Amino acid sequence: MTTATLTQLNALTGGLFLLCTFGIVAMRQVLGILKMFILQSIFLSISAFLLGYIHMSIHLFAVAALTLMVKPLLIPYLLKRMVGNEVTARREISQLVDIPSSLLIAVLLTILSYFIANHLLSNTTPIISKVNLPIGLACLLLGAYTIIVRQEAVAQTIGILTMENGAFFAGVSIAPDLPLIAEVAAAFDVLIIAIVMGLLARKIYEKVGITTVGEMNHLREVEKL
Amino acid sequence: MTNKIIFNIIQVIVVMSLSPLVKGVNDRMKEWIQSRKGPSILQPYRDIYKLFHKDEVVSEHCSWIFRITPYLVFITPIFVTLLIPVLTDYPLFFAFMGDMLGGGFILALGGFFATLAAVDTGNPYGPIGASRTRMVGFLAEPVFMIVFFTVSFVAGSTIPYIVQKAWVTPLSNFFEPSHILVMLAFIMLIIAETGRIPVDNPSGHFELAMIDESKGLEYSGRGAALMKWGGCMKFFVLLCIFLNVLVTPWGLASENNIGAVLLAVPLVLIKILAFVIVLVIIESSLAKLRLFRITEFLGAAFITSVAAMIMYFF
Repeated sequence: MTTATLTQLNALTGGLFLLCTFGIVAMRQVLGILKMFILQSIFLSISAFLLGYIHMSIHLFAVAALTLMVKPLLIPYLLKRMVGNEVTARREISQLVDIPSSLLIAVLLTILSYFIANHLLSNTTPIISKVNLPIGLACLLLGAYTIIVRQEAVAQTIGILTMENGAFFAGVSIAPDLPLIAEVAAAFDVLIIAIVMGLLARKIYEKVGITTVGEMNHLREVEKL
Repeated sequence: MTNKIIFNIIQVIVVMSLSPLVKGVNDRMKEWIQSRKGPSILQPYRDIYKLFHKDEVVSEHCSWIFRITPYLVFITPIFVTLLIPVLTDYPLFFAFMGDMLGGGFILALGGFFATLAAVDTGNPYGPIGASRTRMVGFLAEPVFMIVFFTVSFVAGSTIPYIVQKAWVTPLSNFFEPSHILVMLAFIMLIIAETGRIPVDNPSGHFELAMIDESKGLEYSGRGAALMKWGGCMKFFVLLCIFLNVLVTPWGLASENNIGAVLLAVPLVLIKILAFVIVLVIIESSLAKLRLFRITEFLGAAFITSVAAMIMYFF
């Protein structure tokens, strides 16, 4: 396989990765968001693998394997165990901005990230970074947007994990020679985030009965009039 | 020159004669998936034949719009057929008469008159269906535009015969991310435009839930036959645009003789039937959306097409 083919495959992976990110913004149910996140992580791992093949770097292969293990398998399993049936409940998530408007905002954020990335990159940067950096940046912004808009604890957790995915997606292209220890540390960090937030969501659920953290804006329980 | 005119006419004949077959196969396969036997694949031909031999009843309260609409619905796909590559991969006689946007406008004209005719009669279900169709149409329009912009930007032209070669020369361009995303957006568009699940249920019989079907409820006899046939042809033409221009421009005749053109007929038919299988699987595995969820469906199609455009531009 030539480098050109690999670059093109990487671009295709990037496109599908972006589509999954849009899916995280657009899905109505927690289970749907989780599925989109799993798909997105798989694409991230494929991209890392392709880049590893292009750069002939063992680090990136390790990153791909680590991502494939942690994100699509371990994190959904942990979230389901920690939060219990709240994750798999087929309940619709309340959110501040309705979905069609969210999608339009998502498009604007994507265009913005492409503009920023265009200014960051010079003409001499390899074509791979030109694909990966803007998509990673867009994914970062969309993850942040998900956290702002969704009012459900589990969805917000997945928002943070999405941001992390975006940072990774950009990172593997601009810094392919990052020491392996940093990647391992990041992977464990994500795992700890998932565990802590899952536990927190479970505690909230046990205390209050819901995980719609967006609606909890009083210190004490107020009397309903 | 004469050859090209004859081939153009052959294209029209192929679209007219084979489009009910595609609908019949589609219906039959849907029944198969539901483990029923289903009607024969020739059933649409029999329906059209039967309706042509029946009396036509026209309400005395309706105007000329109601009478003229079946002819318009029937004739607009034929006009579009003259513009798009159905059998050949070189431009035919009428190819430069209009581009893809022109074809879109001609198809929209038929839809526009069908909507007006639905409002024209006193039938209460007509206007409901008409306004819903317009809603879906408004939402689908930006997607159409962005898809066409992307495609014509890539090819440097809006003539479908020129566009069709841009994505597959060289073959690796097929896997260009913008191409894949445009394909996804266009599949969603076809589903919305031809009233299929998850947007609309074409085989439903409950008037209040109808979107596309309730516009033709008032027609009988020849009018109903023309509306039905026109609907089949519109579906066929959209599939031709999708398959021959955007996805798989192979199997088309490239030589200027009658044998090659006739050989292209079964090849194109096989392509369309293969895609119908995909559509049937999509239709059978999803549930119909609630009316106001259609915005989300077409919003997803819109951002897919915009993502395709962004990925190509930068």
